Amino acid sequence: MKNNVKRELPAELMAALNYKGFESTDIGHPDIQRVAPKVHVTTGEDKVVDSIVDVVKATVKDGMTISFHHHFRNGDFVFNQVMRAIIDEGIQDLTLAPSSLTGIMNDMVVEAIKAGTVTNITSSGMRGSLGDFVSHGGLKNPVIFRSHGNRARAIEHGDIKIDVAFLGVPNADKLGNANGMAGKAVFGSLGYALMDAQYADQVVLLTDNLATYPNTPASIKQTQVDYVVKIDQVGDPDKIGSGATRFTKDPKELKIAQTVNDVIVNSPYFKNGFSFQTGSGGAALAVTRYLRQAMLDNQIKASFALGGITKPTTDLLAEGLVDKIMDVQDFDRGAAESMQSNPNQQEIDASWYADPDNKGAMVDQLDVAILSALEIDTDYNVNVMSGSDGVIRGAIGGHQDAATAKLTIISAPLVRGRLATIVPAVTTVVTPGDSIDVVVTEYGIAINPQRQDLIEALSHVPGVPVYTIDQLQQLAEKKVGTPKPLEFTDRTVAMIEYRDGTIIDTIKEVKD
Amino acid sequence: MAENEARLRRTMMFVPGNNPAMVKDAGIYGADSIMFDLEDAVSMAEKDAARILVYEALQTQDYGQAELVVRVNGLDTEYYHDDVKAMVKAGIDVIRLPKVESADMIQTLEEDVAAAETEFGIPVGTTHVMAAIESAKGVLNAPAIAAASDRMIGVALSAEDYTTDMKTHRYPDGAELEFARNMVLHAARAAGVAAFDTVFTNMADPDGFYRETRHIHQLGFDGKSLVNPRQIAMVNSVYEPTKDEVVKAQKVIAAIEEARIKGSGVISMNGQMVDRPVVLRAQRVMQLAEVSNLLDEEGNYLEK
Amino acid sequence: MEIKTTAIAGTLESSDIQIMLMAGQDGIQIDLESDVIKQFGNQIKQVITTTLQQLNIDNVKVRAVDKGALDCVIKARTIAAAQRALAQTTPAWEVL
Repeated sequence: MKNNVKRELPAELMAALNYKGFESTDIGHPDIQRVAPKVHVTTGEDKVVDSIVDVVKATVKDGMTISFHHHFRNGDFVFNQVMRAIIDEGIQDLTLAPSSLTGIMNDMVVEAIKAGTVTNITSSGMRGSLGDFVSHGGLKNPVIFRSHGNRARAIEHGDIKIDVAFLGVPNADKLGNANGMAGKAVFGSLGYALMDAQYADQVVLLTDNLATYPNTPASIKQTQVDYVVKIDQVGDPDKIGSGATRFTKDPKELKIAQTVNDVIVNSPYFKNGFSFQTGSGGAALAVTRYLRQAMLDNQIKASFALGGITKPTTDLLAEGLVDKIMDVQDFDRGAAESMQSNPNQQEIDASWYADPDNKGAMVDQLDVAILSALEIDTDYNVNVMSGSDGVIRGAIGGHQDAATAKLTIISAPLVRGRLATIVPAVTTVVTPGDSIDVVVTEYGIAINPQRQDLIEALSHVPGVPVYTIDQLQQLAEKKVGTPKPLEFTDRTVAMIEYRDGTIIDTIKEVKD
Repeated sequence: MAENEARLRRTMMFVPGNNPAMVKDAGIYGADSIMFDLEDAVSMAEKDAARILVYEALQTQDYGQAELVVRVNGLDTEYYHDDVKAMVKAGIDVIRLPKVESADMIQTLEEDVAAAETEFGIPVGTTHVMAAIESAKGVLNAPAIAAASDRMIGVALSAEDYTTDMKTHRYPDGAELEFARNMVLHAARAAGVAAFDTVFTNMADPDGFYRETRHIHQLGFDGKSLVNPRQIAMVNSVYEPTKDEVVKAQKVIAAIEEARIKGSGVISMNGQMVDRPVVLRAQRVMQLAEVSNLLDEEGNYLEK
Repeated sequence: MEIKTTAIAGTLESSDIQIMLMAGQDGIQIDLESDVIKQFGNQIKQVITTTLQQLNIDNVKVRAVDKGALDCVIKARTIAAAQRALAQTTPAWEVL
């Protein structure tokens, strides 16, 4: 069976997992029944425990689904400690359902898979040794990749039923009132973890900073929390920042960023009260800087900035160029600190941010989204998940979700080293071409032919040559040559859900 | 040389000759001229590798409309001859000779270029040359150097070596370069070739860069040598004509057209005769307006 | 042509390729390391082999560490390494 982005899907697996193929980016207006968590009633006097092992023994059983958040990114000290205890307890057959998996968790997950502790994984993404392990068939059952908005949807639907959530926080009081803003290892918004806190049957907070009761502002509330574990250190503050928070000096990145800015400024959406999402990474930060100048020059202010937040964006808030920041995660310390000090930087959970099965999510109100890509094909489909060698090394993040913006711009170099970014067909479709409006490269832009209005608006922008996507693809191929096709086995190692829970593509085991 | 005089040379971007990533991407920034450097940007041990790399890149990479220049190693180096031969064979547009102090040096280059053209079956006279002036002697001989060859397309001032030779260094106000700039510029104009100002290396000082660029624009330089692609847009913005200039130029061009249709040898505007310098200036303004993307397809000024 | 000395050209920077040539007895033997070996391994070896053949080098061990170089860079680094390995003082004009 083929879905609507022309991907052949494994019929047997689709039936076994009760999946439908991707049809459309249109969500429609279905009626949804959400689930509710189990509550073990307590007045809360005995929530604080000192031992991770004791909590694991009390909560985790064979076959359960456990979850973590990834707000500490590569500075996370919680995941590995908890997983160590779980593996050592000999617990088997768990489903691991974190908001995402960062590099520091890789070796532990591989160990847990080998020990039979973890037999299913759902995540936003994975990289490094874990992605390599899974792509080479290391996990028997396929990994299910979901966007941040889709994870929220799946939790609300009960597709992901979390038995125990282990949530590290930089502060919490004895009953579990906690936030991400104060303490040593602060990361700002708890956006993704709020879903787990709300829907998991058992919620375990881990903190190195027991605050006086009642601890406010409380993002996670005592009504949701079963245990508070005091540990030595929840994270390394220096490694929480995504690293890509410095302004790039790479002239090619700057040229792309300048062009992205030209596209935004010349689009019909650049007017007072517009909204945008930029993401992280050097080029995204550069776009924010150019956008700032354009807003000053044209006396235009934005109503809100959305999604993962960086300091250049919180600087716009401080400067009054942006009225509100709707903040699901913070990529650097500056953004996290701003959330504490500026009441106009609102913490939002993943459902509010991007869940499609909602009474309106923030992404539905988004005018401009600037997103990256590993590959884009001539149907405008985007891959952010598998490398050019076919190995899993990425994350959906909010890509599919933010791509519902009125103007979705993919910013990517035409070629990286010897690899074309614009290709005849992407290795893995993550975000469907229907969601993508403009592709920006260092050579020029391509506009989705479905958007005649944008073709009209952007065809005569000084210094911005417009190509067809086929022309860009041919230009890239002329530069780097024609690659030999990748080889895969028939075995499915991962399934990519679209944000509505249908399957947009699968990833096969690589043949080496 | 009419075509040479008309060519825009606002930006000459330096590209280290042994850096594949930069050589490969040199075409994407819209520089009027790209100058692959085999001299100071390449260590002694890599002179051979850089020469071959630039050669192969020139055979295969598309640099669009940019004028392609190579800075070869100096006449007194062991690399010079092979550099010149390889670049002539590669079909480079312009060979830039560093540390030129006399017209003789350009004549020597011309002979070597001609010999290489003959050897590789390239029509003699195809390859252009330019001189970098980097010493007091070079500055004083600039008029002779600029006029030394029919192949000459321009002279460039190199301030680092020059200020050392002058027992000074570079200052923010550029007073130490005033004489050299004017000499090089006058030499270029008298010989009908282009004049390039020196590089500005401090990327952390955009204000200083703009100040210097506005100054050399005012003096009359064609453009500037650049060390970073980010400087291209900055120079272009300084050379961008104002709306007033464009509108005036359009009127002059219209008057020329009117005279042509009437078959009149005299161009007049508002009842007054239009002088040749005014015509030339108008043509240059329109050329700059076009490359600065200030005009729509019909040639009308685009409101920003 | 005989390899006179082991020689190296190119760097490990992005978009470059480092080519090392050593004397060999058994034809052109290439040991290639590349992040794009799956897609471009054959092509890279082909460019190296053709270039060496043009230089009349028939017996050589090649160690190549590729960092995403384009064909023109692969050819340039192979020529440079060969020139050094053959201890030639002037470029092989006919091969450039």
